[in-house]
Amino acid sequence: MTDGQPDLPPLPTLDAPLRRPPAGGARREWQSARVVAVRRETDRTATFRLALPTWHPHLPGQHYVVRLVAPDGYRAERSYSVASPPEDAGHVELTVERLADGEVSSYLHDGVRVGDALEVRGPFGGWFVWRGDAPALLVGGGSGVVPLVAMLRHARAAGVAVPLRLVVSARSAEELLYAAEYGDETTVALTRTAPPGWGRPPGRLRAEDLAPAVAAVLGGGDGDGAGEDRGAPTAYVCGSAGFAAAAERLLAEVGVPARSIRVERFGPG
Amino acid sequence: MTAPPSLPFTRRRERDPRLPPGQYDVGRDYPVLTAEATPNIEASTWSFRVDGLVAAPRTWSWDDVHALPGETWQGDIHCVTTWSKLGTSFTGVSLDTLLAEVDVDPAATHVVAWSHSGYTTNLPLADVTGAKAWLVWEHEGKPLTTEHGGPVRMLVPHLYFWKSAKWVAGLRLLDHDEPGFWERNGYHERGDPWREQRYDGD
Repeated sequence: MTDGQPDLPPLPTLDAPLRRPPAGGARREWQSARVVAVRRETDRTATFRLALPTWHPHLPGQHYVVRLVAPDGYRAERSYSVASPPEDAGHVELTVERLADGEVSSYLHDGVRVGDALEVRGPFGGWFVWRGDAPALLVGGGSGVVPLVAMLRHARAAGVAVPLRLVVSARSAEELLYAAEYGDETTVALTRTAPPGWGRPPGRLRAEDLAPAVAAVLGGGDGDGAGEDRGAPTAYVCGSAGFAAAAERLLAEVGVPARSIRVERFGPG
Repeated sequence: MTAPPSLPFTRRRERDPRLPPGQYDVGRDYPVLTAEATPNIEASTWSFRVDGLVAAPRTWSWDDVHALPGETWQGDIHCVTTWSKLGTSFTGVSLDTLLAEVDVDPAATHVVAWSHSGYTTNLPLADVTGAKAWLVWEHEGKPLTTEHGGPVRMLVPHLYFWKSAKWVAGLRLLDHDEPGFWERNGYHERGDPWREQRYDGD
């Protein structure tokens, strides 16, 4: 890599060397999106469906930036993961959790109506993305499930053949996002309260919750002989810093190598 | 009289002049942002290597860097995800001190910092020399925690914080620019918060 010093060891990489995002280098410009639907998901979360004048197909896991500008010029920007799959052409859906002191999330929840314009930029991110070409284990806590549901929706819409499993943790059934969409590929862990008759007692995510999904994704798949053409299985962890740390620990416990784990955390504030 | 269809967005917080455009003050919080699983590196096995375009490549241990003249930096840090932490401090050693010991080749123009986790980030040499960059092991007087890059991370506070590699393991000096991890994944080559260089092409 350095001329005249051929004996240097290669630098480490987290991913394939010099892999750039599709259309790498292309600047994503700010644009005015139209809010075409607002859907309440839970008490604290709502999904904003945006129609984009310039739409780039996103990779499941990517995010958009939303910018709010006050009449006096003050502005605030936040990133939100896309929940919709790239098959939903021309649109993106952003699921936004209302944070106690969130100046942007509060405004989106209280101030934005169908028909409004919102300034957005995206899609961004080339790491916490799933291209549908490798077995995937998705582990989400709370609203951390948002980028993961884009992966699940993409897998279904595109008829992806590689194994995909989702493990989602929520405080209660009422706070579980996208509850109606989960099928056999999904394990739900309710941490605080569970409805009567719920098979799993409420409690934090445990290794037992993850083990079957890990086996399905890492265990060589379903004997269809397609394994040779697949990319390496990858675990995607998304949630609060505390959730991500716990999930990383549990994945290590059930034998997932650290190098197979990609993490997206959202901190306080 | 009809009600407006939507509320105007209004300023909730007084804007601190220390905040670059598009950033907000996270207050006393210190969010954790990493792309990879958090590695566990003992101070006793941590090391830092400088190689590439230098006359005398070398490796420092935890004890070696602590034997060098220490510095405490005070100021503001800015994450590309839009939080800034104002009035914080880190303690460690200036990269100037380390680079003085390896005799940098005048042909060197850029560096790649790399981590024990496999993370990399690229910087112009001029951004890590001249009292602009440090290796640090204390944050606000306490040992740097693993989640924040301990035992030792880089600190390059005038650029977005992804340039301040956590769990730093080495610096390679090059005669050309070579994109690091986020720089290959859609983010800006340099990342100056005051010019809002967040993404590729900004």
